[in-house]
Amino acid sequence: MEQALDLLALSPPGWGGNLLRGLNHSLQIAFGAFGFGLLIGLLGAYGKLYGGPVTRDLLAVYTTVVRAVPELVLILILYYVGSDLINQASEALGGGRVEISGVAAGIWVLGVVQGAYATEILRGAIKAVPSGQIEAARAYGMSPVLMMRRVTIPAMMSFAIPGLANLWLIATKDTALLAVVGFNELTQETRQAASSTRAYFTFFLAAGVLYLMVSLASGRIFGRIEKWARKGQPSLRKAGA
Amino acid sequence: MSGLRDWLKPHRIVMIALFVALVVWCAFTLRWDWIPKYTPLALQGIWRTLWILAVTSVLGFVLAIPLGLAQAIGPWYLAYPARVFCTVIRGTPLLLQLWLLYYGLGSLFPQYPWIRESDLWPYLRQAWPYAVLGLTLSYAGYEGEVMRGAFAGVGKGQLEAANAFGMPRFTVFRRIWLPQAIQSALPTLGGETILQLKATPLVATIAIVDIYAVAARVRQDTFIVYEPLILLAAVYLAIAGILAFAFKKLEERVPVKTG
Amino acid sequence: MNFKTTIAAAIAALTVTAGIAMAEPVKVGVAAEPYPPFSSLDASGKWVGWEIDIMNAICAAESMDCVLTPVAWDGIIPSLTGKQIDAIMSSMSITEERSKTIDFSDKYYNTPADIVAAKSSDITPSPEGLKGKIIGVQASTIHQAYAQKYFTDAAEIRVYQTQDEINQDLAAGRIDATLADSIALSDFVASDAGACCEDKGPVMDDPTILGMGVGVGVRKGDDALREKFNAGIKAIRENGEYDAITKKYFKSDIYGS
Repeated sequence: MEQALDLLALSPPGWGGNLLRGLNHSLQIAFGAFGFGLLIGLLGAYGKLYGGPVTRDLLAVYTTVVRAVPELVLILILYYVGSDLINQASEALGGGRVEISGVAAGIWVLGVVQGAYATEILRGAIKAVPSGQIEAARAYGMSPVLMMRRVTIPAMMSFAIPGLANLWLIATKDTALLAVVGFNELTQETRQAASSTRAYFTFFLAAGVLYLMVSLASGRIFGRIEKWARKGQPSLRKAGA
Repeated sequence: MSGLRDWLKPHRIVMIALFVALVVWCAFTLRWDWIPKYTPLALQGIWRTLWILAVTSVLGFVLAIPLGLAQAIGPWYLAYPARVFCTVIRGTPLLLQLWLLYYGLGSLFPQYPWIRESDLWPYLRQAWPYAVLGLTLSYAGYEGEVMRGAFAGVGKGQLEAANAFGMPRFTVFRRIWLPQAIQSALPTLGGETILQLKATPLVATIAIVDIYAVAARVRQDTFIVYEPLILLAAVYLAIAGILAFAFKKLEERVPVKTG
Repeated sequence: MNFKTTIAAAIAALTVTAGIAMAEPVKVGVAAEPYPPFSSLDASGKWVGWEIDIMNAICAAESMDCVLTPVAWDGIIPSLTGKQIDAIMSSMSITEERSKTIDFSDKYYNTPADIVAAKSSDITPSPEGLKGKIIGVQASTIHQAYAQKYFTDAAEIRVYQTQDEINQDLAAGRIDATLADSIALSDFVASDAGACCEDKGPVMDDPTILGMGVGVGVRKGDDALREKFNAGIKAIRENGEYDAITKKYFKSDIYGS
């Protein structure tokens, strides 16, 4: 036990600092990917609901493929394709090589995966907004953008938040998969610490505790947000379910 | 069925034509000469993936029933551990759980020499028991949460009616409660099983040769990157498609009449 | 950690480095998985080891601006051909198979491949001596290729992502033996965790598979960079820096004949 605490000390020769640095990277990637995914999701949801037939079909292909193929495979494909494409585009434009940081690559890769799920969640949430509210906004002569900002998005929030909370948890856990492509996020740092010290059990357990803490804290925060988003909709629970 | 007419809309015909063109282009310009050499290995890999998927989904579901029941109606000393279990499984990455089970436990073996003399040793030496255990617990953790809701959602009136008939408690459970809970959980099962399929490639990281590991092997042997990955994605798409179809048929066969 | 800084960092990271007057940095890829004593991450998050020191010495000798870039070993050659890195210095042996895809510099070390197994076992480094045993090898290494050519019929071969995981399973008793680089293994056998095991000696040589020593991998046709690494290796061999670094880590010379 004492030995384990020594290994987990925050400053060298303890490896705790490395784990925390990995956690920091994981959270940055998760946060960025979640944001990027939300952006894709919002565009995707509007495309699926109001886009033309071609847009709709392309989006259907995107969400189906991403949701049926393992994240690990998608990560490998997107990782190699992404940097290849950017480099080729840059060379075609006469520029030099583009530097892609590990965090940016992780955000791109996981963001594309998150986007597919976000598209479905947001589409469902937008559809759940009572059509009367949207018609009323239209009758007031609101522009589509204003309507989206003032009516649709606030009204759909309460429907979308449980799904989005789940998606955020998936984002934090999926960052672990980036260990397979060699990103120094929490799981990879843990693996390095474990094999350098041979204390596999201690370090994997410690990393598990860190992930769990992130999950539990996120659960709390999203619970608050959900409460806040449901303000003024007291009857939702009965009416919704 | 409006299915066929749907597919014959003009824009779809154009898109399908483009897709076919893309496939043909891929077939002729990319490198596929490695396929014959790796076909036997790939078939074995697919078989192993399906086997792990089937075994862990079934075992996981069986384990999810007591987990859901304990949380829905169990006394606190059963409900609490069940809840903690589900929270921990759902709150940590599966990759880490697998590594903790396989390498974490493995690192403790040298300290306890008697483990090697035990009857379990031939199994503990293999990688698949850890993979099966890890994936089973994961499936149980997620589905246990669903089953909790399913058990809690069974109408009180029906249970009371059954009690009034003088049915023994276990019969009530077996004849009324369990079938209804499973039926209401059925729509989630398909999705959960596809999620489980997507989790199976993680077992390649503990030296099990599933279809993902075979694709990695092709990449490592030949340095061809995209082609095996594209084919791998297609294989998973096909399996997911078959699963989705099978679960849809299954759901259609189960009559839905309760409100 | 707020969203804005993350986005800003992402945008900053995507900026093009071309057009700047100074020499472009050379991104040297190292396997992200630890491979002591050649390259591994220490507790302060720094890369250390013999190969890291050698890399720094070569780059200093040729005044190259080398940036160490950890990449998954599994995808290190695709990363090179995909231009995520410019060179590989990760104990990669020069083999015919790899030479079809990438070019190599001259070798900078050459050590035999050995079998390590439990002290109590009667394993010998030959197909007959490994009959019915389980052998662990690391994915996409010369050792995997060797095991698959010579031991497939006699033994069960288990493929791992890192040599460390193999050592770990060897100590746990899950596998009977491993085939790997003798220097990397001697480090393991000397450690507490490796107390279980001993070196059973080198396997019969097969240069077409085991290669002609370890070299720096560069993209095909990138001769300028290859020549620079060649010159750098020659320079540190001659000025004694190579031997000084080697003495820090090993008892004997590992340059090989």
